[in-house]
Amino acid sequence: MDRQGSDHLHTRRHLLRALGAGAALGSATFRAIAADTITLPFANGQRPLAQYPQKRPLIVLTARPPQLETPFDVFNEGVVTPNDAFFVRYHLAGIPTNIDVDSYRIGVKGKVMTPLSLSVADLRQMEAVEYYAVNQCSGNSRGFFEPRVAGGQLANGAMGNAKWRGVTLKSVLAKAGVQNGARQVKFDGLDTPVLPATPDFVKAIDVDHALDGEVMLAYAMNDADLPMLNGYPVRLIVPGWYGTYWVKHLTEITVLDGVLNDFWMATAYRIPENTCACVPPGTAPATTVPIGRFDVRSFVTSVRDGGTVPAGKPFILRGLAFDGGFGIRDVAVSADGGKTWTSAALGRELGKYSFREWQMTATLPAGVHDIKVRAVNSIGQSQPGEPLWNPAGYMRNVVETTRVNAV
Amino acid sequence: MHPMRSRSVVAAILLLAVAAPVAALKIELPPESTTLRPGAGSELAIRQCMTCHSADYVAFQPPGKPLAFWKAEVEKMKKVYGAPIPDAEIDPIAQYLTREYGDGK
Repeated sequence: MDRQGSDHLHTRRHLLRALGAGAALGSATFRAIAADTITLPFANGQRPLAQYPQKRPLIVLTARPPQLETPFDVFNEGVVTPNDAFFVRYHLAGIPTNIDVDSYRIGVKGKVMTPLSLSVADLRQMEAVEYYAVNQCSGNSRGFFEPRVAGGQLANGAMGNAKWRGVTLKSVLAKAGVQNGARQVKFDGLDTPVLPATPDFVKAIDVDHALDGEVMLAYAMNDADLPMLNGYPVRLIVPGWYGTYWVKHLTEITVLDGVLNDFWMATAYRIPENTCACVPPGTAPATTVPIGRFDVRSFVTSVRDGGTVPAGKPFILRGLAFDGGFGIRDVAVSADGGKTWTSAALGRELGKYSFREWQMTATLPAGVHDIKVRAVNSIGQSQPGEPLWNPAGYMRNVVETTRVNAV
Repeated sequence: MHPMRSRSVVAAILLLAVAAPVAALKIELPPESTTLRPGAGSELAIRQCMTCHSADYVAFQPPGKPLAFWKAEVEKMKKVYGAPIPDAEIDPIAQYLTREYGDGK
């Protein structure tokens, strides 16, 4: 971890010698476990960092089921998030840890002409598609909500950008043949609840969306198999839409002639039914709708809040922006707390669903400066200057402020 | 793993790699290292809450929240997620959570 000049984020390395832990497990060897902590910049923000299978050390929000946040430094490494750094979010503790791909099947059923049972090999024989897309948790940045709300207290690291490869849901549904009158398509994966009474995690999208030729069954992520904790061997990719729809370890695709009204659609993952998806802080919305597309976000990645930059000479300021799939048109940066704005240079476009890098050269006099970054997408959507609020802590997209000290 | 068996597994993986680019995958999750804080009601809370999730779900909630916040969480676990919490145990668990993780009142 880069700890230079950070007031808010710092890590503490300490070695825990778990003497005897191995013996208790019937092993002859003792084990030493290196453990870090990181402090996220809100109250009660201290978290362990731990290494999970196929992952580098990540921020542990919860252990069972695993919820792992990407340390924000990772986003300055590049516009593509490495698989071993990509965030992990499960809802239910019955998660798969051992998958035999040869026997793994994806059923396609419901209101179709021909029910299917597809292996991963079957998918690989179909025409492949590939694109970059950001996945972001609905509750990314929830820990910054004021007043604070219940739920996973995440900083800004429950997002990531990867190159996904697989087959379109449209082509899979074409093989099965969608019947007239179909309204939604629902998706189930291998994860299961601990108690039979807990609603299984099943999600649905409208049939028109399912047939848009973009929603994908992905079997590769950044040119490799998906990590187990990101949905191995096949997960749904719903580009531009929040991660709740990106069902992992996908095993069942069911075409419905109605609308799915399970807990995960009808009660959870709902936002106020208005254009800002917001209500006055501390109040409840009168009506809600299922969460959908990402709003516009942008971040500085090259220096942290509380970080240090050189005074009186040019330095490179860099970051990323993304939206729900319309494409980033402009990223403006203010180094004076929002009084004046300058457009940054946009990096190579990796597709409308990808992170877009931005960069500019800045020169600041000695002292403390509030750097703000604000993106606009191709249909004119942007970011609010003050944070919006909703009771579930979803869709935060305020103009971010990074306070730096030029010395 | 026995060396002979290890070699045969490697051979099998190589054959699979030629035949198809996919293979079985098995992971082992790190052991769970946290539990709920001791205190009046902690045994009850551990029994009811930790059936389905680890203690960090509780420990990382916003600090200083009142009894109403924690009672709403316990009731949600019962009504929405089907936790078999008897009505008589809801208040003791909510009071324990408020005392240890909330505003303490």
